[in-house]
Amino acid sequence: MDEADADMWKGTPLFPDSASTMAGRVDALYFFLIVVSAFFSVLIAGLIVFYAVKYRRRSPDSVGASFHGGMALELTWTVIPFFITIVIFVWGASVFFAMSRPPDETLNIYVVGKQWMWKFQHLDGQREINELHVPVGRPVKLIMTSEDVIHDVFVPAFRMKADVLPGRYTNIWFQPTKPGRYHLFCAEYCGTRHSGMVGEVVVMDPSEYQTWLSGGAPEGSLASAGARLFQDLACNTCHRPDAQGRGPVLEGLFGKTATLQSGETITVDEAYVRESILNPSARVTAGFQPIMPTFQGLVTEEQLLELVEYVKSLQSLPPVQTR
Amino acid sequence: MSTGTVFMPPRHYLNDGYGIRSWLLTRDHKRIALLYLAAVTLFFFVGGAFAVLIRLELATPAGDFVSDETYNKLFTMHGVMMVFFFLIPSIPATLGNFLVPIMIGAKDLALPKLNLASWYIYILGGLFTLYALIAGGVDTGWTFYTPFSTVSSTTNVIPTALGIFITGFSSILTGLNFIVTIHRMRAPGMTWFRMPLFLWSMYATSLIMVLGTPVLAITILLVAVERLFHFGFFDPRLGGDPVLFQHLFWFYSHPAVYIMVLPSMGVVSELVAAFCRKQVFGYGFVAFASVAIAVLGFLVWGHHMFVAGQSVYSALIFSALSFLVAIPSAVKVFNWTATMYRGSVSWQTPMLYAIGFIGLFTIGGLTGLFLASVGLDVHVTDTYFIIAHFHYIMVGGTLMGYLGGLHYWWPKISGRLYNEFLAKLSAGIIFLGFNLTFFPQFILGYLGMPRRYHAYPPEFQVLNVLSSAGASILGVGYLIPMLYLMWSLRYGKLAGSNPWGAVGLEWTTTSPPPTENFAESPVVTWDAYDYQTTVTVES
Repeated sequence: MDEADADMWKGTPLFPDSASTMAGRVDALYFFLIVVSAFFSVLIAGLIVFYAVKYRRRSPDSVGASFHGGMALELTWTVIPFFITIVIFVWGASVFFAMSRPPDETLNIYVVGKQWMWKFQHLDGQREINELHVPVGRPVKLIMTSEDVIHDVFVPAFRMKADVLPGRYTNIWFQPTKPGRYHLFCAEYCGTRHSGMVGEVVVMDPSEYQTWLSGGAPEGSLASAGARLFQDLACNTCHRPDAQGRGPVLEGLFGKTATLQSGETITVDEAYVRESILNPSARVTAGFQPIMPTFQGLVTEEQLLELVEYVKSLQSLPPVQTR
Repeated sequence: MSTGTVFMPPRHYLNDGYGIRSWLLTRDHKRIALLYLAAVTLFFFVGGAFAVLIRLELATPAGDFVSDETYNKLFTMHGVMMVFFFLIPSIPATLGNFLVPIMIGAKDLALPKLNLASWYIYILGGLFTLYALIAGGVDTGWTFYTPFSTVSSTTNVIPTALGIFITGFSSILTGLNFIVTIHRMRAPGMTWFRMPLFLWSMYATSLIMVLGTPVLAITILLVAVERLFHFGFFDPRLGGDPVLFQHLFWFYSHPAVYIMVLPSMGVVSELVAAFCRKQVFGYGFVAFASVAIAVLGFLVWGHHMFVAGQSVYSALIFSALSFLVAIPSAVKVFNWTATMYRGSVSWQTPMLYAIGFIGLFTIGGLTGLFLASVGLDVHVTDTYFIIAHFHYIMVGGTLMGYLGGLHYWWPKISGRLYNEFLAKLSAGIIFLGFNLTFFPQFILGYLGMPRRYHAYPPEFQVLNVLSSAGASILGVGYLIPMLYLMWSLRYGKLAGSNPWGAVGLEWTTTSPPPTENFAESPVVTWDAYDYQTTVTVES
């Protein structure tokens, strides 16, 4: 190998960075599966080569021995793989549970994907494109939607991936463990410049992060932008804090359970607030008329997020712990 | 097992009429098999040409060889051609068509005209897709995910979709024909449990074709209707659900994986038996494993959607069911391996392919466990890990089985032998080239390189260069058999009825067989692969 070849290999990782609390758990399962796979691959390949040599045809007329099977063997190689797969299933399921359940206290960041860029909105009002700044050591929850087609947020160093769908919110969470800059990819094919829909997650020390945060939010927090929008769109004429309006009181509503006209009860979450803005008559709260007009086409996904965040901020009571 | 004298029968299906009409209007399942062989080979090389261009682009990190738009069309057309026009019809429509009637001792399939119609439908679908290609291509990926395919893509989605829609019917009709034939046309004494395992796998495959393909047809139709008339099935702006498409698509397209690999497993059972001269170990287990895979294959589609926003619990159920599919697949691998024990193992070309199949399918199957494991799938799905995994199944599995089968039955099909040295050489080249192409992609996938990327970060280059180098070796490996098989048609040594000393009804008739397959209708009094008592008579 000459020097040029050595240089070529120097920058070639064979294993990804591990920079989240989940990475170690996923890697452990990965290594277990590599061991299982290597064992069976070597076993099968070894037996095949061994038999192929040992029992090679020695004369053109020879035939194989006469036996056709064995119940004990069949059961053995049915049952053993079965138990191994159960172990892998349970292990994989427990990792997935941990991935799917964010801790109660998370730093929430809104994500809007569009062809072909990532837009991030921090609660304090900072907006970023294709770059996401987060502090190390804190659980971060991304609340994501798409303006057009399906995208997928993928940060290999965090072993984290989730589709970003138009028309609904999906969540994902991670807790960075190591400051640094990590690839952010769109992992769901989304058209011409799909491979250009990439960016970086910048994980910072908490103090640096504070400095970064204070660096710029010219338009104020997300909730305050939502409050302005709430006025501009005249939402406040019906949704009044004094229970005299034609719409439900929004103060303290988020995270609570609401009863619908159908008698069904639902939890007021981001998805419900979003739906109630875009398609108000779909699930009307009991005791109110379906008179609210749709705001479909009048507000962008980003404005929707501001409104959602404003509704969330209207907590008259201490936030309910959901556990 | 004497080799006897070898001769070319004076009358056989290939000289039973010479004009173009005698081929295009034939109802002989063997000639239709050859019509399919020509067509799938054409589509294979078209699909392969796209793969070459993809690997050329990926040799460098920057998107510098073709434009992003062209690249997207390349991988889409590669997938469409390979999946719908090569892999799905490959073994059933060529080897299956040729062998199903002969292996059960019948004169033809139950519905010969329908069989010819299937070929024309396939060609019509293929022409639509080729038209889409010439008219500018399509860029949705072979998976046609909505709402990209219905509202965003500006390429030829409709003609391509129509081509796949049409071709689906050829698949349905072939499956129907096989099912009816296997039920109704078996020779006296050919009971279900005397059937060669290839027939069991064809039967299981046919069930999937008949039951699964209509769902694909409906799904494609919905895409076309939403695209043309803006009915809101999938686009949330029209009130649709984009994830619904994925459910419908994978409800067919996951079982379709088994349409591709089950026939190949059937071929490998035949090869292992013939080249170990021994009954397949655990015949009943291997047979039922095919049926179990076909049935379970319909229950696992959700494992393509672990990150698509389905609920945690449905993800877990799909994960558990996916692991269940691993069991019958593992049972097959163990039984093939056990068949070699105390066999009379020949190292002729078809056996090399069978061994290659078992090795590569084992790796493909085991890496399937990584993907069925939902917590791990989150990281590796939509990366090159997936690409490597399904190429190990479809190319390492299906294609190795197909080539092995083609080499095994070629003397029967053509009446002539090919050059054994070149055949072994190309089998070795294919095995090496394949692994060099696809093994680095597992590493790339775990590193996080997403699939369908026209340009990629520079640290992934070395592994991509290895992969591209492997692909060029693989390409050579595929071209060599084309040449020596064609050459053998005219210049190959005469094969005789049974050049391998194998048992099975197809080896009791002449090579090539007469149009009616057998001079006298056979009566079967022995089990499949009965190398102890069956005397192979060289006629």
